[in-house]
Amino acid sequence: MANVLAFAEQRDGQLGSAAREAVSVAARLAEASGGTAHALVLGGPGVSSAAAGLGMYGAAAISVGEHDALADYNPEAWVGTVVDQIRSGDYAAVIFAATTLGKDLAPRVAAHLDVPLASDVTGVDMSGGTVTVTRPVFSGKAFANLEIDASPALVSIRPNVFQATEQAGAGEVSTFTPEIDAAGLRLRVVERKGASEGTVDVAEASVVVSGGRGMKGPEHWDLLEGLRAALGSGAALGASRAVVDAGWRPHGEQVGQTGKTVAPKLYIAVGISGAVQHLAGMRTAKTIVAINRDADAPIFGVADYGIVGDLFDVVPRLTEEVEALKAGD
Amino acid sequence: MNVIVCIKRVPDTEARIRVDGSGTGIDKTGIKFDMSPYDAFAVEAALRLKEAAGEGDVTLVTLGDSSSQETLRKGLAMGADRAVLLTGDVSLDGLSTAKTLAAELDGMDAELFLFGVKAADDDQQQVGPMVGALTGRPCVSGVSRFEVNGGTATCHREVEGGSEVVEVDLPAVLCMTKGPNEPRLAALKGIMAAKKKPLEEKPAAENPSRVRLVGLSEPPARAAGRIVGEGADAVPELVRLLREEANAI
Ligand SMILES: Cc1cc2nc3c(=O)[nH]c(=O)nc-3n(C[C@H](O)[C@H](O)[C@H](O)COP(=O)(O)OP(=O)(O)OC[C@H]3O[C@@H](n4cnc5c(N)ncnc54)[C@H](O)[C@@H]3O)c2cc1C
Ligand SMILES: Nc1ncnc2c1ncn2[C@@H]1O[C@H](COP(=O)(O)O)[C@@H](O)[C@H]1O
Repeated sequence: MANVLAFAEQRDGQLGSAAREAVSVAARLAEASGGTAHALVLGGPGVSSAAAGLGMYGAAAISVGEHDALADYNPEAWVGTVVDQIRSGDYAAVIFAATTLGKDLAPRVAAHLDVPLASDVTGVDMSGGTVTVTRPVFSGKAFANLEIDASPALVSIRPNVFQATEQAGAGEVSTFTPEIDAAGLRLRVVERKGASEGTVDVAEASVVVSGGRGMKGPEHWDLLEGLRAALGSGAALGASRAVVDAGWRPHGEQVGQTGKTVAPKLYIAVGISGAVQHLAGMRTAKTIVAINRDADAPIFGVADYGIVGDLFDVVPRLTEEVEALKAGD
Repeated sequence: MNVIVCIKRVPDTEARIRVDGSGTGIDKTGIKFDMSPYDAFAVEAALRLKEAAGEGDVTLVTLGDSSSQETLRKGLAMGADRAVLLTGDVSLDGLSTAKTLAAELDGMDAELFLFGVKAADDDQQQVGPMVGALTGRPCVSGVSRFEVNGGTATCHREVEGGSEVVEVDLPAVLCMTKGPNEPRLAALKGIMAAKKKPLEEKPAAENPSRVRLVGLSEPPARAAGRIVGEGADAVPELVRLLREEANAI
């Protein structure tokens, strides 16, 4: 019997797909070894009201640590509570989401607990208490199968790769107030610039519309924004490094080796040639569409569907057709 | 102000990766190795800091085999002052690497410990924050640029869908991502000077890996894609395929 803990990440008091995916993975692993899945949520006062919903994804017990100092993420405030919760639980594995927050938090937890961490995995299993993972290495040019020889095994899962699965059952929520010395924090967030309301980050989006140098200039991005909007609220804009370096788009949108790694359901590459460093960031997308006027562009080598043509003709038409389709749904 | 930068030697980003006969390693023939791209951003940030302050030493530290000398020399040619090569095995257990580096860094006199946000071979994105935790120093990850003011550094970092400004007490660990400044290329003069700069080589503290590499595989080839058609006229068919075949919209 082995219990598994999911660290369920909230942002602005909301538990999103990162939390649901982590809990679903924890539930699957726990079930395979006859244990139960627990979830841990940290946040400001009142966050517990959002946490109950995690029961639906298989968390039997949901611990919610509420504190003013946990309302926003600060690793110095968060790490101690996470470590204490893991220590008190005798877990065989702990699942984090490999989001910006998870990638920042999980290694610190691993160091404090003195156990290894497998980051950004695309596959994870547990049998006989041993956790094995598959994770991309060399920017997705190879996959490593690893066995983690420590308990608890710490794992962070790549967003969008694992299915969040609803199941019958409700989790029991218990709220606690961790002790945090807010005055002793050695790092302080002095400014937070949120994205505009309702936008998702490219690394977590289920659909990505990405533009490259073929877009000709920043003034044409309303074309891509139109397509993004037509594809719905889970869609985000991405960019190649060439356009980020040119200052057309912010670095936060860059996809690739020196940008973000994305694994959306749908990736649309518009005017992007498909250099290896770009492919490194998006080759695990489920479906890839390329729009490029050069039939020999390497992007067509990884695209499931391609249109050879001038993006300035193709994109407006695509936006129209998608809008029409969605209007009919 | 002294700055330490941890850099790693990895296959060039263009390298074609093939699994070798053992099934747990890569075929290194024909592969060029270089400083991991994010580590180059960290070196650049350290050099700019030193230039602006007009004082201080930039020290590079690597855990690897003797071929990492070349990577350290490149950093010295960019302008770093000295380098330390800890010779030992590099595993896929980032905590083992972090412990080895931490043991060395603990005794070093510096205000800033810079890392790349991730190494371009194992892509773990963990060694920097682990070293922070192990050495008891605060750590900020995903830093695109920072300024030092007295006893603190003001760091700009990217977070999901936005950005943050974080103030951190020094000495601190910062994990650098791509920033506004392209890493400089070493000039001939730098390359000559690097030959005379101190490069200390010593055996690394051993921290056994607790992550066992069972096997390495190449990614499943994506099924051959399909050119749906040319120009805007191909759009209706594309949309139909995305809906009915790929179930993507
Ligand atoms: C260390 C290192 C790290 C890197 N990291 C990254 C990274 O993280 N992400 C990344 O993206 N790149 C990265 N690169 C850069 C990468 O090598 C390429 O230079 C970059 O991806 C090219 O961007 P692009 O495809 O937008 O531009 P280009 O290669 O110039 O391609 C533009 C494409 O647009 C097409 N086009 C032009 N006009 C039209 C039109 N009207 N209609 C349709 N198609 C049109 C062209 O046919 C062409 O294929 C890195 C490079 C290095 C060396
Ligand atoms: N073997 C190593 N030697 C020196 N620094 C390393 C080594 N491995 C990782 N690092 C540092 O830690 C960062 C993150 O690496 P990783 O967690 O492996 O993705 C790298 O960008 C380097 O700055």
